[in-house]
Amino acid sequence: MSDGTTTLGAMTTPVDPNPPGSPGTQGAQELPPHDPSAALSVRGLWKRFGQKIAVSGVSLDVPAGSFYGLVGPNGAGKTTMLSMATGLLRPDFGTAWVQGVDLWARPDEAKATLGVLPDGVRLFDRLTGRQLLTYAGMLRGMDKDTVVDRTNDLLQTFDLVADADTFVVDYSAGMTKKIALGSAMIHAPRTLVLDEPFEAVDPVSAANIRDILKSYVAGGGTVIVSSHVMDLVQRMCDHVAVIAAGQVLAAGTVDEVRGEQSLEDRFVDLVGGRQHSEGLSWLRGS
Amino acid sequence: MVARFLTLKLTLMGNTFRRSVWQTIGMIVATLYALGTVGLLVVATIFAGVAGNPDWVAVAITLGGVLTVVGWWLIPIFAFGVDATLDPHRFSTFAIPRRTLLAGLAVAGLVSVPGIATVLLALGVSLAWVLEPGVLLVSLVGAVLGIATCVLGSRAITTLLAPVLESRRYREVVTIAALMLAMMIGPLVGWLTNGVEVSVQGDPADGGGAGTGEQLLPLFEQVASFVGWTPFGAAWSLGGAAHAGDWAGLAGRLAVALATIGLAWLVWDRALARSLVRPPVGDGSGGKAKGLGPFGRVPFSPTWAVAARTATYWLRDPRYSGSIAIIPLLPVIMYFAGQSTGSFFMLLATGPFVGWILGFSISNDIGYDNTAFALHVSSGVDGRADRWGRAIPMLAMGPLVSAATVLVSVWIADSWHLTLPLLGLALGLLLVSTGVSCAASARLVYPVAKPGESPLKSPQGAAMATFVSQGLGFVITLGLSLPVLAVGITAIVLGSVVWGAVTVVVGVLYGVVILVLAVRFGARVYDRRLPELLQQVQSFP
Repeated sequence: MSDGTTTLGAMTTPVDPNPPGSPGTQGAQELPPHDPSAALSVRGLWKRFGQKIAVSGVSLDVPAGSFYGLVGPNGAGKTTMLSMATGLLRPDFGTAWVQGVDLWARPDEAKATLGVLPDGVRLFDRLTGRQLLTYAGMLRGMDKDTVVDRTNDLLQTFDLVADADTFVVDYSAGMTKKIALGSAMIHAPRTLVLDEPFEAVDPVSAANIRDILKSYVAGGGTVIVSSHVMDLVQRMCDHVAVIAAGQVLAAGTVDEVRGEQSLEDRFVDLVGGRQHSEGLSWLRGS
Repeated sequence: MVARFLTLKLTLMGNTFRRSVWQTIGMIVATLYALGTVGLLVVATIFAGVAGNPDWVAVAITLGGVLTVVGWWLIPIFAFGVDATLDPHRFSTFAIPRRTLLAGLAVAGLVSVPGIATVLLALGVSLAWVLEPGVLLVSLVGAVLGIATCVLGSRAITTLLAPVLESRRYREVVTIAALMLAMMIGPLVGWLTNGVEVSVQGDPADGGGAGTGEQLLPLFEQVASFVGWTPFGAAWSLGGAAHAGDWAGLAGRLAVALATIGLAWLVWDRALARSLVRPPVGDGSGGKAKGLGPFGRVPFSPTWAVAARTATYWLRDPRYSGSIAIIPLLPVIMYFAGQSTGSFFMLLATGPFVGWILGFSISNDIGYDNTAFALHVSSGVDGRADRWGRAIPMLAMGPLVSAATVLVSVWIADSWHLTLPLLGLALGLLLVSTGVSCAASARLVYPVAKPGESPLKSPQGAAMATFVSQGLGFVITLGLSLPVLAVGITAIVLGSVVWGAVTVVVGVLYGVVILVLAVRFGARVYDRRLPELLQQVQSFP
């Protein structure tokens, strides 16, 4: 889809974690300019909640047409970073460009090309599955025929036809995830940002969702998923960024990041925290 | 082990203090209020026992005790989810003998503001028998048995009903029933006391007077001697029986009280044993609704999407439908409330009041959405669509409901000449308060019961924010309604048809202008604060 030269530039994904010693914005001037061809390009994102700095100076380029994995331990700032990159949370500093559109300057234009599956938010669960998909489509300003057609397609694809008329509040965790994913896709966005999309989803549905996402990427779309299942990211994604303590530790194609190791080993090396002690000697059988 | 449970409960209580300042203040206010009430009741009872009539004391302790037991047994059924800190399910993976678990939970159940208040009150009022040491001793034993009846009975009932209480359908029905019951308490009490006065005095026309208390005593004594033999009052009436020297009665009541406690313990034990091996699960049968519902009947646009969703929630979410169910009751309540004073003023004010309260009911819509509001944020729904969408169902339904209320009230009061001014007032107030709500809900978001929780449960620590937001909304609505109120009151005072018609015209036109301006203002605030609004609902406890 995108032309060769810019893709090359984007593939090498400049990683520029701010030095930990400079918590201010002074570093912002030194950041490289955003990549207008990238599906998502963020520069110098900072967010602080009370005493805790959740994200400190994250810069990242997600090339258009890539399947991008975002991995990191619990509490690394993945959700905060994705919220700021999709318009759900205003950053303290820094901004995000979606296909060259400044998200925080022109939010409506940028949001129109984004499909977002946030983690840890409720749904309008007093609606039935069919109503929720319809609602998501209508909020995007789509016309009736398209909404009805796509709702049926999505219900079919996610294997929810039998439960289309059940209230979402009575859905299982996996079904809820699937209907939320459907709501994020109904307006055919250019970029999908999915926070923990496979949590609580059964293996068969997960495989179906993976196929859908793969063909979406093959058709020119961009997918960004966050996960802490390394194996899944290694198999599914072509690009990956490792985030810990609110900073990007490594980013690039999966092969670049992992080198000779498996992604999981490389991740543990980067993040640290593995304990090589004997550990809980009393737990071994007596 | 029992001590361990006590420590756990105390730690949990202590930790709530650390969460927020407002919560701490709320807790302190609640404690002071409870202590004040307990102190007042204890002093009054002791005074009556020492200086007044001991027979009164026996009756008062028995009847008060019965009310306490009924409260302990019934309130948890309606206000579910109020205290789940020591949910037995959380202990099911620990190997705790059931007997120990039961004893621990029972004692820990007393460590709460209502629990401590009950203990202090029960033991305190027994001191009224301080002049008769033997009776005092019996009464103290009775108080301890009474407290046990409260706690064990309450636990037995909630644990036994847990499978039912956990089903969503039941909770929604009970929620609405409880709301309606709570609204009816005032009129019911008024009606009952009226009835009692009539039956005691035999002459409703006579205004009662100083003699009422003396005349009621025999009735209360009759009731007390009856309930003293029931599980509710047996323990509390022990002191009275000892005072009267009714030893056979004392033995009998003691037997009833002990049997009640034993039965409650047994029921609780059995129910807990069953619930520990059967973890809570949904009732499986999910609710269904065919097709698109309101979504299929509106034009396809973001504004109408929000309108259809709001309308669906009005019918399906008990937090909304509960408040709708109350509205038909309002004229009834106002009728009874006005009856004691003999004027129809309260009844006639119902129409405008309903208009105002309806508009006010959407003043915290985003708070009710909770984090589901994220869909609006990520879809980039603009302020105009969101604000108008939430107002449309109200504008479709509100005028009909307030007009119907006005008609019913003038029909009951037989004051047809007030129809036009009241109609104008009701419509004007509805439009103004809807407008204020649309503006306020983009700015003042405060925590409310989460989706699926009982609407009777207000989140801890939110009292101050709720008070400020609602107070501010009330003052602004009142200020903006002054022109309508002025014209309407003039029309009522003058009683002319022309002024009545003017009220309707002014009410509607002025209301529409305020509504349009307020929605425009609300939309601008919404557009500016969209991510902040989401962050606010995400930070709710």
